[in-house]
Amino acid sequence: MTTTDKSGQRTWLQDMKRPKRGVPEGLWLRCDGCGATVFRNQVEENLNICSECDHHFYVPTASRIQQLLDLDSFEEWYADLRPVDPLKFADRIAYSERLVQEQKRTGMTEACTVGRGYMRGRPLVFGMTDSSFIMGSMGSVVGEKLCRAVEQATEKSLPLIIVSGSGGGARMHEGIISLMQMGKVSAALARFRKAGGLFISVLTNPTMGGVAASFASLGDVVIAEPNALVGFAGPRVVQATCKIDLPDGFQTSEFLLKHGFVDRIVHRAQMRTELARIIDYCVH
Amino acid sequence: MAAGTWHLAVTYFWPDSSQFESYSAIVLIMANQHQLPFEKPIYELEAQLSKLEAEPDPTPVVQESIRRMRVELTQMTRERYENLDPWDTVQVSRHPERPQTSDYIELVFDEFVELHGDKSFGDDRAIVTGFAKLDGHKVMLVGHQKGRTLKERNECLFGCAHPEGYRKAMSKMEMASRFGIPIICLIDTPGAYPGVGAEERGQAYNIAVNLRDMSTLEVPIVCVVIGEGGSGGALGIGIGDHIAVLQHAYYSVISPEGCAGILWKHNKHADKAARALRFTSKDLVELGVVDEVVSEPLGGAHRNHRQMAMTLKATLAEALQSLDGLPKEELLDRRYERFRKIGVFEEEAVV
Ligand SMILES: [Zn+2]
Repeated sequence: MTTTDKSGQRTWLQDMKRPKRGVPEGLWLRCDGCGATVFRNQVEENLNICSECDHHFYVPTASRIQQLLDLDSFEEWYADLRPVDPLKFADRIAYSERLVQEQKRTGMTEACTVGRGYMRGRPLVFGMTDSSFIMGSMGSVVGEKLCRAVEQATEKSLPLIIVSGSGGGARMHEGIISLMQMGKVSAALARFRKAGGLFISVLTNPTMGGVAASFASLGDVVIAEPNALVGFAGPRVVQATCKIDLPDGFQTSEFLLKHGFVDRIVHRAQMRTELARIIDYCVH
Repeated sequence: MAAGTWHLAVTYFWPDSSQFESYSAIVLIMANQHQLPFEKPIYELEAQLSKLEAEPDPTPVVQESIRRMRVELTQMTRERYENLDPWDTVQVSRHPERPQTSDYIELVFDEFVELHGDKSFGDDRAIVTGFAKLDGHKVMLVGHQKGRTLKERNECLFGCAHPEGYRKAMSKMEMASRFGIPIICLIDTPGAYPGVGAEERGQAYNIAVNLRDMSTLEVPIVCVVIGEGGSGGALGIGIGDHIAVLQHAYYSVISPEGCAGILWKHNKHADKAARALRFTSKDLVELGVVDEVVSEPLGGAHRNHRQMAMTLKATLAEALQSLDGLPKEELLDRRYERFRKIGVFEEEAVV
């Protein structure tokens, strides 16, 4: 599927990769929103938001869970699912090698984490994709974890929240198997929906391609963080096809809100409160 | 285009030339005009053969060489097509004269009652939908349409559908489900359209809804990739009970050019990406993603629309027959499991 524009204005990936690559962690960050040089610690203490312009930086999985769920309430499920290389895929490096590198760099086994947690005392099934691991793309493990999470939510009659951060859509390195994960997770969501489950989808920067074109768009309520890149085709591909300048704010959360595909844009500082409130409206 | 070549083509691929119609003749002549690089030796040999065959009074020696040349031609064609590189397969699947949904509407179905529009935005010509009859059985037909003439191609954007196309398909399929009409989806797209309007109108959302809602339709769904199975744009009408792929079609998570552009940093490496992605019909069966490969005529579907159509018709009839009469619950459970089981990973045994 499509991916985000690597050369575009969004350099979240480069920013967040830097410390994890073993390069000494810089004290300062350059904000993509306002261009200001900001103190890294200050940003991290402020939910990874720029205090100058409110730019929402990337949030790693552990911090996201901390930000959204009650303290120590998260119980991870299926952590022992590991990716393999079904196609024996190799581009400039072998996929099996890439997986090892990504696991080392990020400290995660895959791009997806699922489990059960509490949000201000409300039990729920929680899942998220982390854009730092192979662009947060969906291969077999991401598809399987999400699918099991949806099935668990159905079985246990719990609300479901999935936070998406996937620039890569369906993962190319697992070929057609990745594409089929879109169908698999969407079918599980159909059953969850029929059973009366509440699914809130939270879109973060970036949510693109096959992730956007499956579970991420299917929330009963779709919430987006401000100014996240969300769309089907990558902006570079769209530009190449249409051969026109892309409209201002194309494929941002605000663009989606305007065109009717996002219910609410929610600032990270209010996210937990907003999500809990929506749960209260739907879950009795 | 020499008349001789045309004559040869008739005798060669349609032994019973009396049943031949001008429609196919035109297609064949046009096919010869779009030679793929690896087909060159085949066409050269054909040209030689047609020259010999054009001789008004062939001597026994000439007759013998004609005979031998025909055998050689068959062998050569078979050998070429049995050993296609995945990148060659992509070229065959995109052949301008490869049969499209509109050709199958003519050749496979007894009747087609087109139903236009998504009742919301417009009538996307990249996906056609309507009632059709297959050997007298009522079906809902949904298919990508690439178009053949320049005008058609501009109208259907080479089979790249917009959100309204996916919405149209879903609304007709939903209706089919309510009236108990089985669904046939013919997939042939380079991908969903990547444009400003498509993004504004919710390309991602509409494809996602199709994936979710096709899994709940209470009638049999048979999907066949007839040419290009381009990622989400293909899957958007690709959730079904029986998924087949034509021998020289492909079905991929991303176009080889797109994959090469990202992973090899340039789309000139599309051939490498094509080999890495494992998307040929043979691969798809091995990976457990499709249920059946439908054989193509010797030299590819573009060389013989009619024969391809007959094979496809038999495939569709058989698939629908096998699903006929299944209780709804079982049908839906099977469809769910069909996709549920796809995925390759390691998992430590739970102690
Ligand atoms: Zn800033």
